[in-house]
Amino acid sequence: MVKIVEKRQLTPITKLYRVEAPLIARAARAGQFVIVRVREGGERIPLTITDYDRDSGLLTIVVQEVGATTRRLGLLEEGEEILDMVGPLGEAPEIPAGGHIVGVGGGYGSAALLCLMRELKERGERTTIIMGAREKELLILADELAAICDNLEICTDDGSAGFKGFVTERLQQMIDGGPPGYPDYVIAIGPMPMMRAVEKTTAAAGVACAASLDPLMIDGTGMCGGCRVTIDGEVKFACVDGPFFDAHQVDFDEAVQRSKMYTKEEQQAAECQRAAAGAA
Amino acid sequence: MPVKRTDKTPMPHREAAVRAHDFEEVNEGYCFAHAMFEAERCLRCQDPVCIDGCPVRVPIADFMHAIAAGDMKKASELLRTANPLAAICGRVCPQESQCEMQCHMTKRFGPVAIGHLERYVSDWEMQQPIEGEPLQPWREQKIAIVGSGPSGLVCAGELARMGYPVTVYEALHAPGGVLRYGIPEFRLPNSILDWEIASLERLGVEFVNNVIIGKTLTLDQLFGELGYAAVFVGTGAGLPKFMGIPGESLNGVYSANEFLTRINLMQAFQFPQAETPLKVGNRVAVIGSGNTAMDAVRSALRLGAEQAMVVYRRSENEMTARVEEYQHAIEEGVEFHWLTNPIEVLGEDGWVTGLRCVKMKLGEPDESGRARPIPIEGSEFIFPVDNVVLSIGTRPNPLLAKTTPGLKTHSWGGLLVDERQVETSVHRVYAGGDAVTGAATVILAAGAGKRAAEAIHADLAADQPQPA
Repeated sequence: MVKIVEKRQLTPITKLYRVEAPLIARAARAGQFVIVRVREGGERIPLTITDYDRDSGLLTIVVQEVGATTRRLGLLEEGEEILDMVGPLGEAPEIPAGGHIVGVGGGYGSAALLCLMRELKERGERTTIIMGAREKELLILADELAAICDNLEICTDDGSAGFKGFVTERLQQMIDGGPPGYPDYVIAIGPMPMMRAVEKTTAAAGVACAASLDPLMIDGTGMCGGCRVTIDGEVKFACVDGPFFDAHQVDFDEAVQRSKMYTKEEQQAAECQRAAAGAA
Repeated sequence: MPVKRTDKTPMPHREAAVRAHDFEEVNEGYCFAHAMFEAERCLRCQDPVCIDGCPVRVPIADFMHAIAAGDMKKASELLRTANPLAAICGRVCPQESQCEMQCHMTKRFGPVAIGHLERYVSDWEMQQPIEGEPLQPWREQKIAIVGSGPSGLVCAGELARMGYPVTVYEALHAPGGVLRYGIPEFRLPNSILDWEIASLERLGVEFVNNVIIGKTLTLDQLFGELGYAAVFVGTGAGLPKFMGIPGESLNGVYSANEFLTRINLMQAFQFPQAETPLKVGNRVAVIGSGNTAMDAVRSALRLGAEQAMVVYRRSENEMTARVEEYQHAIEEGVEFHWLTNPIEVLGEDGWVTGLRCVKMKLGEPDESGRARPIPIEGSEFIFPVDNVVLSIGTRPNPLLAKTTPGLKTHSWGGLLVDERQVETSVHRVYAGGDAVTGAATVILAAGAGKRAAEAIHADLAADQPQPA
């Protein structure tokens, strides 16, 4: 059982939780993830570690309500407990030193850039974060992200904040010589279509790019193989070999296809949950 | 004098047509009369050799005599002292290649049903009221067990009985390891596992779920800040093998581990009340012939598959599953396609539609001593299927070795152990079960756990300052 000490509503469907998880907070490295289960009979779902504090033993996670489990998690309040949490899982990414490192975050993926980009800056790297959302209200943790990198570039589809357009358009401007400068290494964290687009943009310019994949997972320890992804023709398990991979080597077609495996069942579970809530 | 049967007293079981649609236990267990009658079949050999077939050396002859005398209390004490997981082993041990194979009765008749009687006596034990207070550890030196599968459970129980404070760390949210996530309830009900674990808790064993040694805590931390005097690693062989044939990443292809974990650990058969889904179509092909393959194919039937089949490149003779599981699978309507090797999973729009196979014939024995299957040219054909489940084996999980400097493994991933077959390359770190041997049986893991407990006890006693 993991106790929630702070809950913040970031957008109507995105919540930030700080939880008491001292063992995980002490062992965590930026880029790793945890797996949580919210109730008996509930699913195990992976969530990226947004931040950790070794001293206080607090772990920060950001949850976007997209399915039955994340919605159930979103109902939990301060003082309540998350049934199970295990981690830290996966490997921290190895980002080469030197050069201009650009983290590109889409939607709630931006949250995952927080401790990762902070550590890169602390290591002495020049860092830029490009974060994107549909509109201003859906931007998350912009102040926190601004504080931990050299430049924060905000993009919205409708122009309600920052640059009007996609993160990839902003990234392209930088590749073309615009401020804050040419990216030497790009880290993409967000929805699959966004990461794919970032991969295309960087590939065309010959810029190195890492993507954080979040396929379906159960145990998170390499036991089920459900999270397998094809990297440069080779099968890898995202839970133990990832979650970061060279984006230029990822078989995105397959990853997208596999992520849709249970679309119908996810809707069914959500309906069942609504029906149960209605009956109560 | 009652007439003795020439064959085993049959195990009462539920009708195939009924049980193939639910996850309730198949075997119903002997009643008292069955047990007495079957124990009477024991020849009371002067030199019982059945014990040599048992990896944990249950004193089978004495055990038989106790049952025949109606002294179930004595029988259960004899059993449990030798085999701390008797209720489980009575259900899942391959007796036909162990104790029952040695039984002198097999020279002319069927062997004594040692396995069925093991189950009977442990089921009897579970019905008895719990007596006495839970055990309190009385020794100082703490022991950590990594993994709560069979080897870890047995090692924990043995050490707790010797008075050590024991903590078992489990990566998943429920203890039991492969007994929980791997073996389906129709063969091993969770209630049996829960009872075994509750018994260990009464011996003072503490269970900590959701902690991965090598990730959440390192081995160094266990010895250093947490102050354990010894660690037993029973992390099993949980890494699924894939065949490396085209199409394995199509939707609808599962490792047997994933397929069974979704069902057993996550209760996908209760979807959507349980929220983990599992897609089972009308036609399911399971590749492999071990117990896990049987578990997967029979689970597929129970989840509504109209055609559930086993596809195996060798023949029935080389099948590695327990005979009873194979018979049950046949009764339930599982199809078996021997000498058939899958070469490609076919798909459409990202989903499985078929399995391309080639027929095989048997050649000379290979390095495993079994006849080598050879493809028959021009014999390719396609099974139309909706799911493919790969049950072609597992390897030891590399996670702990990967994060522990100095913990040496074989090239195939098994942990290296000393000549006593217990201590790893790291001082006071012991290992046993599938993590050392590669995928094997519950009883071999139990035996390894027991051996490690004895070694830990001996080594720690030697560490203690001797009285002057």
